[in-house]
Amino acid sequence: MSFAISIENLRASYKNKIVLKEIILNIEEGSFLTILGPNGAGKTTLIHTILGIKRIDSGTIKIFGEKLNWRNIRKLRRKIGYVPQNIFIDPKFPISVYEIVLTGRIGLRFLKGLKKEDRKIAEWAMKRAGIIDLKDRPIGHLSGGELRKVFIARALCQKPEILLLDEPTSHLDPSSQKELINLLEELYLENKITTVFVTHQIPHIPESCKEVIFMKEGSIVFRGKKEEGLEILKTQIIKNFSGKNYGISPV
Amino acid sequence: MEFLQYKFFQRAIIASLLTGAGCGIVGVWVFLLRIPFVGVLMSHSAFAGAILGLIFHINPLILSFLFCLFSSALIGPISDRADIEPDLSLSVIFSIMLGIAFAGMGFLKDEMERGLRFLWGSILTLSSKDLYLLSILLLITLTVLILFYREIQFILFNRKLAEISGIPEKAIFYFILFLIGAEITISLNSVGGLLIFSLIIGPPASAYQLTYDLKKMYFLSAIFGMGITTFGLFLSVFLPISPGALIVLGSGLLLGITISISPKRRFSQ
Repeated sequence: MSFAISIENLRASYKNKIVLKEIILNIEEGSFLTILGPNGAGKTTLIHTILGIKRIDSGTIKIFGEKLNWRNIRKLRRKIGYVPQNIFIDPKFPISVYEIVLTGRIGLRFLKGLKKEDRKIAEWAMKRAGIIDLKDRPIGHLSGGELRKVFIARALCQKPEILLLDEPTSHLDPSSQKELINLLEELYLENKITTVFVTHQIPHIPESCKEVIFMKEGSIVFRGKKEEGLEILKTQIIKNFSGKNYGISPV
Repeated sequence: MEFLQYKFFQRAIIASLLTGAGCGIVGVWVFLLRIPFVGVLMSHSAFAGAILGLIFHINPLILSFLFCLFSSALIGPISDRADIEPDLSLSVIFSIMLGIAFAGMGFLKDEMERGLRFLWGSILTLSSKDLYLLSILLLITLTVLILFYREIQFILFNRKLAEISGIPEKAIFYFILFLIGAEITISLNSVGGLLIFSLIIGPPASAYQLTYDLKKMYFLSAIFGMGITTFGLFLSVFLPISPGALIVLGSGLLLGITISISPKRRFSQ
């Protein structure tokens, strides 16, 4: 069994507050994993450590068996397509949808220049994400749902081996959320890219996802089959409503 | 139009065009990176460096460039760190730089007039050497822009995303700061340390109002920069006002006009 991402004893903190506690996580190549957890559980921090933009206190992260360090970080980042949770952009920034999608190829072609093939891949990614009609539209003229699709197309354009989706459905209306989840579902089934999907909303978990982990206060408190996890979560939610604490013990 | 026959005025016209184009292009970077404080700090650091250069009889251009680099080396990491408020650190360093400059001016005796030139600029007294420097710098800036157009566009759009995509974002960002510092230093003679900031921000801010296309924004900003500087220069012949002051006023006027006709403003309404 080969792992796309392998994390051992990972600890990370912000100033004196420990936000990730001894995380151990192996993600199989080609699998679809959902990370669930309430706000502040450490989900986004975990994603940021995999991307190397959050320093870790101890532990190791391996991408396709290669230990992440400052020497190989740029090379390994190029294998990861990332859709951020909050996209802070200037809506009046002079850039079109096509140009944003094309940025997915820049890391791969640094110092080589973009080729015709890269432009074709960008066109394919836009078609696949259903935004080809928006190609020349300025970024400020897009809705929230369209913007998310642009960033999914950008990640696809990178032809990644791993896809990290950090709450891609947040701040969207229900129909846009459903449309986006369906799109992610289709993309996974077509390409079988190792996908890590972060959310704090159970209904957003795509059908293709067979495994979930649940994070709480910087620890992974559950890892297992989706159905099993959701059953436990339901119980916990009922318990929580009845005033009792979460009773899941750390794995 | 007799003044057009004078060599010094012809040099001033060429300098206006080169300074305007250079500041217009690097101004797009300052504007879209949203680091106007870096521009302010660099221009005042360059001024402080030039004054110290005059006091210690070191080439003012070299010292002002070193001061520019020093300030960008200081403010770059500060602006990268989320836990430090850049405005706060800027205010302190900015005050220190102005303090150095004005304290230094007290020691200038015979060189006082030259010191004031770095403050207000003196485009009519530029030498051929200044023109060469301006041309070389513009050429380097254009080459970097053409070679790294997409990478720079990505960094201007979102630095974090650029970093995650595996491009050497920090190296390119610091090189951009280096070029901005160089442009400010070289333009110090023509526009002056107090006024150059307006030429760095005014043209790109005006161009930004008119287009959603980055290539057009670079082009318009360079054109506006050249237009404003030559406008200031020509008007100063007929008015008892220095070209530097007219350049700044022209820059403000242009921004007012472009904001009022901006399609982006109409769209957001």
